[in-house]
Amino acid sequence: MKISYQWLNSFVNLQEIDPQKLADQVSLTGIEVAGVIAPDEGLKKIVVGHILSTQPHPDSDHLTLCQVDIGEDEPVQIVCGAPNVATDQYVIVALPNSRISGNVKIKRGKMRGQASEGMICSLQEIGFSDSVVPKEFQNGIYVFPKAESAGQPVFPLLGMDDRMIDFDITPNRADTLGMHGAAWEVGAMLHERPQFPEVEVSETGQPTGDLLKVSVSEKNLVPQYLLKVVQNVEIKPSPLWLQIRLWNNGIRPINNVVDVTNFVLLEYGQPLHAFDYDKLTTHEILVRRAQQEEPMVTLDGQTRTLTSEDLVITDGQNPVAIAGVMGGLSSEITADTHNVVLESAVFDGTSIRKTAQHHNLHTEASTRFEKGIDQGSVTEALQRAVQLLEKLANGESSQSILVGNQELPEEKQILMDPKRVNHVLGTEISVAEMGTILDDLGFGYELKAEKYSVTVPLRRWDIFIEADLIEEIARLHGYDKLPSTLPVGIQTVGGFNKRQLLIREVKQSLLANGLDEVISYALVKENEAAAFTYDPTENIELDWPMTQDHAVLRQNLISGLLNDLQYNLARKQSNVAIFEQGNIFQKVNDTDQPTEVPTVAVLWAGNVTDSNWIAKDRAVDFYDLKGVLTNLLKTLGLADRVTYVADQTLPELHPGRSAKLLIDSQTLGFIGEVHPSLQHDRQLPPTYVLQLNLQLILDQKQASLVSQSAAKYPAVERDLALIVDHQVTNSDISDLIKSNGGKYLSDVQIFDVFTGEVIGLKKKSLAYRLHFQNPAATLTDDQVTQAMDKIQTALQDQIDAQIR
Amino acid sequence: MGLKQQLEQLKEQGLEQIKSVNDPQELNQIRVRLLGKKGPITEVLRGMKDLSVDERPKVGSFANEIKQEIAGAIEKQVKVLDAVALQKRLEHETIDVTLPGRPVKTGTPHILNQVIDDLEDLFVGLGYQVIDGPEVETDHYNFEMMNIPKNHPARDMQDTFYITKELLMRTHTSPNQARTLEAHDFSKGPLKMISPGRVYRRDTDDATHSHQFHQIEGLVIDKHVTMADLKGTLEVVAKHVFGEERKIRLRPSYFPFTEPSIEVDISCFACGGKGCSVCKYTGWIEVLGAGMVHPNVLRGAGVDPEVYGGFAFGLGPDRFAMLKYGINDIREFYQNDLRFLQQFQQEVK
Repeated sequence: MKISYQWLNSFVNLQEIDPQKLADQVSLTGIEVAGVIAPDEGLKKIVVGHILSTQPHPDSDHLTLCQVDIGEDEPVQIVCGAPNVATDQYVIVALPNSRISGNVKIKRGKMRGQASEGMICSLQEIGFSDSVVPKEFQNGIYVFPKAESAGQPVFPLLGMDDRMIDFDITPNRADTLGMHGAAWEVGAMLHERPQFPEVEVSETGQPTGDLLKVSVSEKNLVPQYLLKVVQNVEIKPSPLWLQIRLWNNGIRPINNVVDVTNFVLLEYGQPLHAFDYDKLTTHEILVRRAQQEEPMVTLDGQTRTLTSEDLVITDGQNPVAIAGVMGGLSSEITADTHNVVLESAVFDGTSIRKTAQHHNLHTEASTRFEKGIDQGSVTEALQRAVQLLEKLANGESSQSILVGNQELPEEKQILMDPKRVNHVLGTEISVAEMGTILDDLGFGYELKAEKYSVTVPLRRWDIFIEADLIEEIARLHGYDKLPSTLPVGIQTVGGFNKRQLLIREVKQSLLANGLDEVISYALVKENEAAAFTYDPTENIELDWPMTQDHAVLRQNLISGLLNDLQYNLARKQSNVAIFEQGNIFQKVNDTDQPTEVPTVAVLWAGNVTDSNWIAKDRAVDFYDLKGVLTNLLKTLGLADRVTYVADQTLPELHPGRSAKLLIDSQTLGFIGEVHPSLQHDRQLPPTYVLQLNLQLILDQKQASLVSQSAAKYPAVERDLALIVDHQVTNSDISDLIKSNGGKYLSDVQIFDVFTGEVIGLKKKSLAYRLHFQNPAATLTDDQVTQAMDKIQTALQDQIDAQIR
Repeated sequence: MGLKQQLEQLKEQGLEQIKSVNDPQELNQIRVRLLGKKGPITEVLRGMKDLSVDERPKVGSFANEIKQEIAGAIEKQVKVLDAVALQKRLEHETIDVTLPGRPVKTGTPHILNQVIDDLEDLFVGLGYQVIDGPEVETDHYNFEMMNIPKNHPARDMQDTFYITKELLMRTHTSPNQARTLEAHDFSKGPLKMISPGRVYRRDTDDATHSHQFHQIEGLVIDKHVTMADLKGTLEVVAKHVFGEERKIRLRPSYFPFTEPSIEVDISCFACGGKGCSVCKYTGWIEVLGAGMVHPNVLRGAGVDPEVYGGFAFGLGPDRFAMLKYGINDIREFYQNDLRFLQQFQQEVK
């Protein structure tokens, strides 16, 4: 809500503090201020003009020549195109060299040959939003309701010299959604007690009970329901001072009756509703739940289909308002209205919220009921409206209030221990200062046995417990006065758990190997979620996604990396070497939380190196990525425990270029080339990916490392070249070599792989370098030769190898 | 000519030759010729048998002197020639040091993780444990335990991705407060933790909104932890992330799970507080929310609020990074354009 500085000043002495400063102060002690609005900002030289005479423009059928008194010695001629311009109007004149809305400069000029000394303005032209301009002036110039002295600036007359402080409230401080609440808040800050006008009504009409009957069938949802009738009202525009209050708050003035209900809404924060008494079918008001699919036309002209959740006001037969949300068109106040039923009530916030949401109908009233209203001023707000209608519409109000329900909550009593306040805040605020703050807030209190017993008025329904009072003390004492300390007490040891340390280690290794880290979305498309997944679970889907792009929880990280690749390719970034560490999500059942598996994945596409002055470009291949993986596994102490099994089970991978990774018999992950047809579909270059389950790594018992001295005795190297059938794998061979190499075989390196016609079709030649090492003595030639013989025999016998 | 003169003459001729030699091989030939077994000095010495017994030692030692002199001269000339040769080689090997280095690629950590890691390290240094929590949360932990019962206005359906009635994408890292409080054994000392991670809101992605972003939750609970301690801790964070000169200011706010609740502003790092476009001409930038843990949160997790209390805060690494590095579009974090990511390779502290 926008709090008018001038209006506020009528309740609280604002000590002539500059509005911006006041706003800053309010921000620091209570309510965030979104900004201070100056309606006349950027406008100048806009004055009242009195139209002395008019005549049609000789060369136009819609322009009028006006002789206008602008407070100078002589009237000036202004050409005006508005249809509603007429003699003897008091109007808004933008003088030559003035600035109007949108920083437009008005110049002296000629219109179709006739001199024009400025412009007669509409409200829109001086910055009013179209939504607040009274309907009668919406398509023409504004006309003041009474004579004003010509030549004076229009700003004070239209409330444009006011400053509107835009309170951006948190949900707990809805008490400031009315001028009274705002006055209490600002008053407490300034140590000024607010003063409010007395509410007095004449009640010259009939007893309300003779005019109306009321019953409330859902009393738990309607703790207060009060009615009063104002008879013989004269419907007309509200006085300008009241219209100003409304339009400065974004509300369009309609007529005096509707305006009064809106004015009291702003003043008290209490939504009121006015019904046309004579349009009610019966005069027995019943508040009840709507029937399922009961139709109703609301004030905005929309036909609403109600549900049995909605609370409605009925005239005994039909709904005439959706309770606390919007009135019905059938009982709308119009120019022909004579008698008015005024309603002041409290409706259950949750019920209102559901209704407002269901019908997507959020109004000033519904917002306030949702956030809560001051239950202590429901009656006073009603009487205030009556008082204004008596005065502004010459109405006669009925005697006494007709009560449908009236259950006021009790004022809360809260014990506040000053020692506790200082204990929590780390301050030394005196008991006396706390008392002053409670005074400023208008809270009742008694000091008993060194503790305050505080009585909280109903207008502060956000205060429940001592902690709430501590906040009041803290903020009004001033957070700037809070000391700055660090927690003392028993020392704690900070640190990371194993999982976090593993993740850091994994990332370090991948970064060191030149991969950039990415963070993709965990919510993906339905068809992406379970791709690249060995045993997919049922998809975990959002109940109500924003878009289909982010509708399902991912069961793999590769889909996200492929999207990242595509995004970069589209932006001409073709060498993409990236990794992501994050969770994948596996459904357990319909009720339990899914299993979140910490996972890491790598994608590599494009060139390992681009051609440059010293080297040619080289495209990435399977073995580049495998090298990265080997380094990572070495870091984790798992290089010797992971086996690579050629694998064709993932349809998204190249069947001849992918491997499942196993630790013992458990699946650690996979490595491979993205399937060529998938590459083709998504227009990707050859792309290599791998993914590892980090939980499985965490579950491995880490063998502790015992260091060994570097060998003192010389190692012996022997080379071994052999030709085998093309289906025999490197790991078949090296496994055989290792298992037959004896205890001195310390390392086996492959250094050549060759296929070609010279060795025969379906054959391949491989060459290995074997390292032998005896840590305790120098190896003899015999020992090595014996080992080599055994290896060669095994290779010949078991895989039919031809030793070269 | 006597032997002595002969030697004298050999020496002079020899030294002359040595000096004028430029080629190491030639020098070696000279050495062999002059000093070798068939060389002239040896030859001369052979003639000593004709000398008197008295003269032999004299001539002998004279001959040795000359031998050494010549050997020394050769050695000297070797060094001279070596130096020349080295010089030539160095000239030959000279390269253009301004050519670029052979590319060795190193990876860049994602900027959000750099911010998170940096804060984790800061808090670990302050004695905090780092705690992980599930991204798919229960309604119970995400809302109920955080003092946000059903139908609470703070719990707008609009903002939450529900999976089932009870399961949802966590909307904040705060549920880890409750989870950690429940698990903590206060007889073993105070609870000090931070909990970073991804969170999700039902938002349309645009420059300032992302349906996925990050938070770091902080929680300190002990028998006497004050709001002044909160202020001091947040000052440490502000100065660490945004610079030593930063000031902070606290403003009242509202979160269902803290009371009192505050928003924390830092003095603008771009203008120092004078007012500029970064701070929207206020001199201050809102960076995080915090407060003293609400008694209902403690009680709900089985901790007696009469005995224990403390503070909690929640900060947004995305917002921190956007502010600190002038990033205008939050989507950049999740689109992963390499040019965006790689600019953060430089040390960004």
